[in-house]
Amino acid sequence: MFVLAEMKDTVRIPPWLFHIKFNDAVIEALNKKLANKVVHNVGLCIALWDVTKLEDSYIFPGDGASHTIVNFRYVVFRPFMDEILTGKTKSCSKEGVYVSIGIFDDILIPADAMQHPSRLYPFEQLWAWEYETDDGKHDLFMDIGEEIRFRVVDEIFVDTTPSGPDGTANQPSEISDTESKKTPYTIVGSISEPGLGLLSWWNS
Amino acid sequence: MEVVNENSAMLSNFEVYGLLTDIQAGRGQNKPNKHQQQLATITYETIKYLETKPCKHQSEESITEFMKELQSFNLTKAEKVQILNLCPTTAVEIQLIIEESEERLTEEQIYKLLDIIVKYNPTEADQEEDNLAEMDSSND
Repeated sequence: MFVLAEMKDTVRIPPWLFHIKFNDAVIEALNKKLANKVVHNVGLCIALWDVTKLEDSYIFPGDGASHTIVNFRYVVFRPFMDEILTGKTKSCSKEGVYVSIGIFDDILIPADAMQHPSRLYPFEQLWAWEYETDDGKHDLFMDIGEEIRFRVVDEIFVDTTPSGPDGTANQPSEISDTESKKTPYTIVGSISEPGLGLLSWWNS
Repeated sequence: MEVVNENSAMLSNFEVYGLLTDIQAGRGQNKPNKHQQQLATITYETIKYLETKPCKHQSEESITEFMKELQSFNLTKAEKVQILNLCPTTAVEIQLIIEESEERLTEEQIYKLLDIIVKYNPTEADQEEDNLAEMDSSND
């Protein structure tokens, strides 16, 4: 679920923080920049693991702050392909079931990756697995807030860095709308195997 | 900013849990101050999630012993990390985690694997059962 990512960045320490121990100031600056943020093609950054290399610090003319190139390792949330995870169901829509893990909410189990056969009950807005036994069909509902086990099948990174100012003046409202819908990191899951789905289905 | 290696190592839930509890307690790194809201939020949420997982009851020694015992099963690194994080209790879960488990492991090996997992990762229910059994035997 978690990986270590090695990164390199220039850390700027403003003069009013020079009284703090240098290493602590660097750690604080890195955490402030990266904690709880998604880095494109890397994952959701959690916290700093350690600093591997600190190069010389420089002060540039016109700026009283010190600039240091730092090599460090960061703990990143990025489940690998085919990993099994457990989360809680958040909501259902015709696209599928949305699952949340607490730290990360953009997990979708699309309609075609559910246990076969499943259908959406539009009135209650809930998906249900139509489970057939000898006595007939049972509908196992996927209620909201239930623990669900799923397999990670795909991850989608979208670069949400803002684009520069547009030449045309008559498009700004459209751009802001589409940008607000883009989630930088989405995980696609599947529950179409025995053992996957709501935990209550498989606990005898 | 440059990403030198986006996947230099895999971390188990236990290691991340240890790091985050250290941060919250102020050991090693400083506790997040009021200017580090993001760090405080993500550490709180991650700890809250990991506390519901078996990693809360693991220790470094139990994990090293556990890994030694898993060596005989020829599992990949990803499978070992998943077993450590999820602590499966049923054969169905083992089949989900281990690819082609029917071909790589005999049924006997699967049950042996489940026994090893229970031995090194007793769940709270197992610990309660042990406590009750001890109380019963001491009352006799």
